[in-house]
Amino acid sequence: MANTLFDKVWDAHVIRKIEDGPDVFFIDRHFIHEVTSPVAFLGLESRGLKVMFPKNTFATADHNTPTINQHLPVADPLSANQLQALESNSAKYGISHWGLGNPKNGIVHVVGPENGITLPGMTIVCGDSHTSTHGAFGAIAFGIGTSEVEMVLSSQCIMQPKPQSMRINVNGKLNKAVTPKDVTLYIIAQLTTAGATGYFVEYAGDVFENMSMEGRMTVCNMSIEMGARGGMIAPDETTFSYIKGRELAPKGEAWEKSLAYWKTLKTEANATFDKEYTFDAADIEPMITYGTNPGMGMGISKHIPKATDLKGGVATYAKSLAYMGFEEEEAMIGKKVDYVFIGSCTNGRIEDFRAFASIVKGRKKADNVTAWIVPGSHIVEAQIKEEGILDILTEAGFTLRQPGCSACLAMNDDKIPAGKYAVSTSNRNFEGRQGPGSRTLLASPLVAAAAAVTGVVTDPRELMN
Amino acid sequence: MAYDKFTVVKSTAVPLPIENIDTDQIIPARFLKATKREGFGDNLFRDWRYNNDNTPKQDFVLNNPIYSGKILVGGTNFGSGSSREHAAWAIYDYGFRAVVSSFFADIFKGNAINIGILPVQVTPAFLEKIFTAIEADPKAEIEIDLPAQTITIVASDESESFDINGYKKHNLLNGFDDIDYLQAMKEEILTFAEAKAV
Ligand code: SF4
Repeated sequence: MANTLFDKVWDAHVIRKIEDGPDVFFIDRHFIHEVTSPVAFLGLESRGLKVMFPKNTFATADHNTPTINQHLPVADPLSANQLQALESNSAKYGISHWGLGNPKNGIVHVVGPENGITLPGMTIVCGDSHTSTHGAFGAIAFGIGTSEVEMVLSSQCIMQPKPQSMRINVNGKLNKAVTPKDVTLYIIAQLTTAGATGYFVEYAGDVFENMSMEGRMTVCNMSIEMGARGGMIAPDETTFSYIKGRELAPKGEAWEKSLAYWKTLKTEANATFDKEYTFDAADIEPMITYGTNPGMGMGISKHIPKATDLKGGVATYAKSLAYMGFEEEEAMIGKKVDYVFIGSCTNGRIEDFRAFASIVKGRKKADNVTAWIVPGSHIVEAQIKEEGILDILTEAGFTLRQPGCSACLAMNDDKIPAGKYAVSTSNRNFEGRQGPGSRTLLASPLVAAAAAVTGVVTDPRELMN
Repeated sequence: MAYDKFTVVKSTAVPLPIENIDTDQIIPARFLKATKREGFGDNLFRDWRYNNDNTPKQDFVLNNPIYSGKILVGGTNFGSGSSREHAAWAIYDYGFRAVVSSFFADIFKGNAINIGILPVQVTPAFLEKIFTAIEADPKAEIEIDLPAQTITIVASDESESFDINGYKKHNLLNGFDDIDYLQAMKEEILTFAEAKAV
């Protein structure tokens, strides 16, 4: 039988198949952060276990780090305690740790790829659902729970049944102002938040082939929002040239050897998938969400659907719209915006800030908007400065914060106040996700920029020549 | 982390007929700051359960003394969103041993089983029957029989079977977890890793 990309990588990592049970699955790279690892280390300790391959685990602090004054001690004692635990656990077990102040520090799914840790054909896990981001390199990457973090630390394995396979093809040419974020919000709106549960997705077609690595990461990142365990894209020249020369990427002979292997990582022509969808790029316009899950998205020029036009869940739909303060059939364009957040592991990479700046340039921040501009890592922050993007932002009245997850999940002080509307480039618009009572409109960096300079939901095409 | 063995649970149930209950609702991120696995049940469904001034919201089911029990019954696509195992810890810590729904998000389902909560996936029709039975009588009992893989509405004796793989079932029945299993095959893992030369 012809193999898919997913089959090739999965099967190469199965140590044992348990009859009527999961596969014992070997993990190449393990990322940990301060929130989901402390209890795993406690578990190790109470069982008297060691970390089996400390060199394969990488620790970074991101979820509840402050995004201003990072040189000062962290004020919240609970956050400080978690950061301290990550540092001391890493030191104790010999794990490399990129804490606050380290030039490599940043959001786990941003720093893995940019330092050359994430490579094609690898299996990568982290106690964080957006680990799916790393699938952009043709790796199998997915989020795990804390019990599994303990498993990987102690045995470099987890136990997982092999998911079913799905391929999503998007062909054609993308319309003006349509970014990778819009592509993924469009797909999720078509499939719903549970549409890919139980599946591992391969993205294929010329839209993804022509996409940058940053864009591919944005798409794979959001796979989890339609229930998929992860998403992946076959590695190609774009992938290889992104990786080449990164600090921890293979060099010299090892590079040549790796490259030869990576080139085999493709779905064979006659391979079949358990499910397959095909979309036309021409149907996608800049997207925005209006509800309380990422599947509740629509083209920015459209009107909020009527409950009776949905497939079900009318009661939940009414609850969701009531939370958002929206009504059926309303337009989104023109709605007042209080906050704009650009950042997160979905849209916190250099390309996202370039896009944001392209609209902001020569305009001014709207007075009614509070904007949080948060790079995904120190490396991204440095690029923002080098490329002159910071000057554009400053001129327009914006300030740049320091790297971290920030308002994506509002574990630090960056919380959207109750009842306020935020156009956010992050990945989740659940009730209270960005702070208790906060109301989130997910969108691309271009839509976020258009809102930031006009103060209302605005079609970015109107601000582009 | 050791957990109690699961065999048969016969109990009243708490109904939550809401779809797409995500893990940010089960336990909001700001309560994930502990470094120990304790006390998460207090913040289960925090923002649905309490007002901003920490007074209980009277219309939320966990604040209604008529409803109680070891079984939580939720709408379809239960546990979507974040991989935080804290969501499963909060449910367990509150006192639930099983969650019933017509569909579960993947990571939540795996996390639940790993800590000793049984996720029971029923058909949408049977889920409706359970909600109706509890609505008619909040003291209606549900019986979940893991060895037989059945779930029964006790009063009407209506029943349905559910799936679970043999390995996980064995673990739950005996209170074992995956770490025990993996520790027993360490040599095999080492050999594999060496061959792979990671
Ligand atoms: S940016 Fe948001 S989604 Fe990404 S790792 Fe941080 S909290 Fe998770």
